[in-house]
Amino acid sequence: MDKEKRRQQRINRRYRGETIFRACSMMAIVVAAAFLIFFLVDIIRTGYTAFQQTEINVDVVYNQDTVDFPQTAVPDELSDLVSRGFLRLIPNQVEADPELMGTTQNMWILAEAEVDQYIKGKPNKLDEEEIAVVEKLRAEGKIKKFFNKGFFTNGDSKLPEMAGLKSAVIGTLYVLMLTMMFSIPVGVMTAIYLEEFASDNWLTRIIEVNINNLAAIPSIIFGLLGLAIFINIFGVPRSSALAGGLTLSLMTLPVIIISTRASLRSVPDTIRQGAQGVGASPWQVVWHHILPLSLPGIMTGSIIGLAHAMGETAPLLIVGMLAYIPSAPTSITEAATVLPAQIYTWSSDSLRAYTERTALGIIVLLSILLMLNAVAVVLRNKYERKW
Amino acid sequence: MKKLTTLVLSIIALAAFTFSAHARDQIRIVGSSTVYPFASYVAEEFGATGKFKTPIIESTGSGGGHKLFAAGSDLNTPDITNSSRRMKGSEFELNMKTGNKEITEVIIGYDGIAIAFNKSNPDLALTKKDLAMAVAEEVPVNGKLVANPYKYWDEVNSSLPHKKIVIYGPPTSSGTRDAFEEMVMEEVTHKMDEYGKKAYKKIRQDGAYIPAGENDNLIVQKLAKDKDAIGIFGYSFLEENGDRIKGASVDGFAPTPANISSGKYPISRSLYFYVKLGHIGMVPGMQEYVDQFLSEKMIGDKGLLKKIGLIPLPKADRDAMRARWAKHQNLTLKDLK
Repeated sequence: MDKEKRRQQRINRRYRGETIFRACSMMAIVVAAAFLIFFLVDIIRTGYTAFQQTEINVDVVYNQDTVDFPQTAVPDELSDLVSRGFLRLIPNQVEADPELMGTTQNMWILAEAEVDQYIKGKPNKLDEEEIAVVEKLRAEGKIKKFFNKGFFTNGDSKLPEMAGLKSAVIGTLYVLMLTMMFSIPVGVMTAIYLEEFASDNWLTRIIEVNINNLAAIPSIIFGLLGLAIFINIFGVPRSSALAGGLTLSLMTLPVIIISTRASLRSVPDTIRQGAQGVGASPWQVVWHHILPLSLPGIMTGSIIGLAHAMGETAPLLIVGMLAYIPSAPTSITEAATVLPAQIYTWSSDSLRAYTERTALGIIVLLSILLMLNAVAVVLRNKYERKW
Repeated sequence: MKKLTTLVLSIIALAAFTFSAHARDQIRIVGSSTVYPFASYVAEEFGATGKFKTPIIESTGSGGGHKLFAAGSDLNTPDITNSSRRMKGSEFELNMKTGNKEITEVIIGYDGIAIAFNKSNPDLALTKKDLAMAVAEEVPVNGKLVANPYKYWDEVNSSLPHKKIVIYGPPTSSGTRDAFEEMVMEEVTHKMDEYGKKAYKKIRQDGAYIPAGENDNLIVQKLAKDKDAIGIFGYSFLEENGDRIKGASVDGFAPTPANISSGKYPISRSLYFYVKLGHIGMVPGMQEYVDQFLSEKMIGDKGLLKKIGLIPLPKADRDAMRARWAKHQNLTLKDLK
């Protein structure tokens, strides 16, 4: 009886331990989720206002005076309230379309960033006179917020109201394409050789240890390597998408090799033996059977490697891509910048109007990453085979 | 075998992308992150309104910029480097060695280093000595150097408020930190017997001085939350955030554009850029870019750069800079001493 009671106590104690352990694990999830939610809410709350941009309805006068002194093209009290980005282009507009000369056009043009901040109820440096003018315009319905198309169609700018993500997005596409072109073939081939053909000797073991090691190296080291090899030895132009793509492919190679090897290994040996049994050569075994079967795993690994590369700034800083590059690249040797670098430069600018743009940039980057990861998950679920 | 072939093939593929130094149609600028916003503002105007391509401006830090600039004289090296400090003698000699014999130095304006805190506090008047004693690793007590014992500002100087010393400042990698060490700590300590009349610039690491990263916006956000903290950062961030922080006066002068420009506010530095004269004529637009940078429209008293936080040079100095640029005056080692 006594024995039975002690047994019951032991069981109760064990149950208690389990409950505590489970509660602790739950707490861990709650803490992690709380951080994530806090971060997302904060970013979205700061960033959503940048979806809209203030514009002012004005009569723009085109004549010889306003070509010489563009700030006189709009009424005097407005010349500091509309964007310089529009005014400074008046001479170019007239040059492009001489018929504008001598006309007055009524149009909506971008407001200066401080006006935009004021309309959005954010801190700004407008003085009382300017506020009075803005309020009068608002009462007349001549100042309005429109969808911020410029954010997606302009490149970087030092005038916050004009700054956009386009060149960074295109630069990121270039860089990712190049990374993919270099790292996937080399990575997959290396993995196939190591897994299917290489004999297990000290050399292959050293290579294997080194590849695993490379996957854990801080990314900035790859930047230094890229600078030394690609820029200094091969003479790839600094800041170009090519330099960035090659550097990032060095970084993603180990990830791709490791994930490819894992998925090759998951193909059961019976498939290899079966193919060999009907007379397939080693090359045919790999090409006809092993590779197609492990493709979903390879693709998932590659996409995750690329998503990782996309968020990287440290190695790109070393090869000169953290720079003011307002125009999108048109070739791989032209200077380009990438999304995270663009976000970084905006975040360190002193002007307050960049705050919401930084946050919207982060939202865009996160959505692209989310999409990439979703593709990886879908691929895995759809094609993965259980043996 | 296959791997070897792959390796050889990929090396050949890479070699095919090898580029030699060829003519460029775009100016390349590197250097200081403090000068970066001003230089890129000018570059944008230059690209948008003129017939030249927008220059590429990398933010590498002053030291990194000088290194890239001095790496050679061919067109693979930058044409201009921005700097928040003067070129060092050693950097100049490296330039001479690598073939950059002709360099023009230009000063575009000033940057003040603000000592700022939450706006809800009363005004604060500090001296350079207060600051140095609050942040130094070792301070003199009864004629001897001891580990900094000060926890509250009123222990440093009894006229200051009884508040804990919490200072958010730039990390060691930052040019702002170098400038602060040079203009505040070294300036104060080299006159004091206790430090053996030598410049002392070690900053305490016991938690009172918190290196807050390269991004000055982070320090501003900290100050907006932490009412007792004091931050050290560039003047343009003080001006832009006037709704939540304000600057302490140092040695009796508040950090205003007028005081910084006249040199009365003691913690300010000049902002420079250096032009490789050998590239003029080989890279289109260099002459025009610098001309535009030095115009009254940009660096003048009502210039566009003033709006984003540049402190203009006095009129006479601006004219002197333009004259210097007009004759492409060569920098010599003697100038830097």
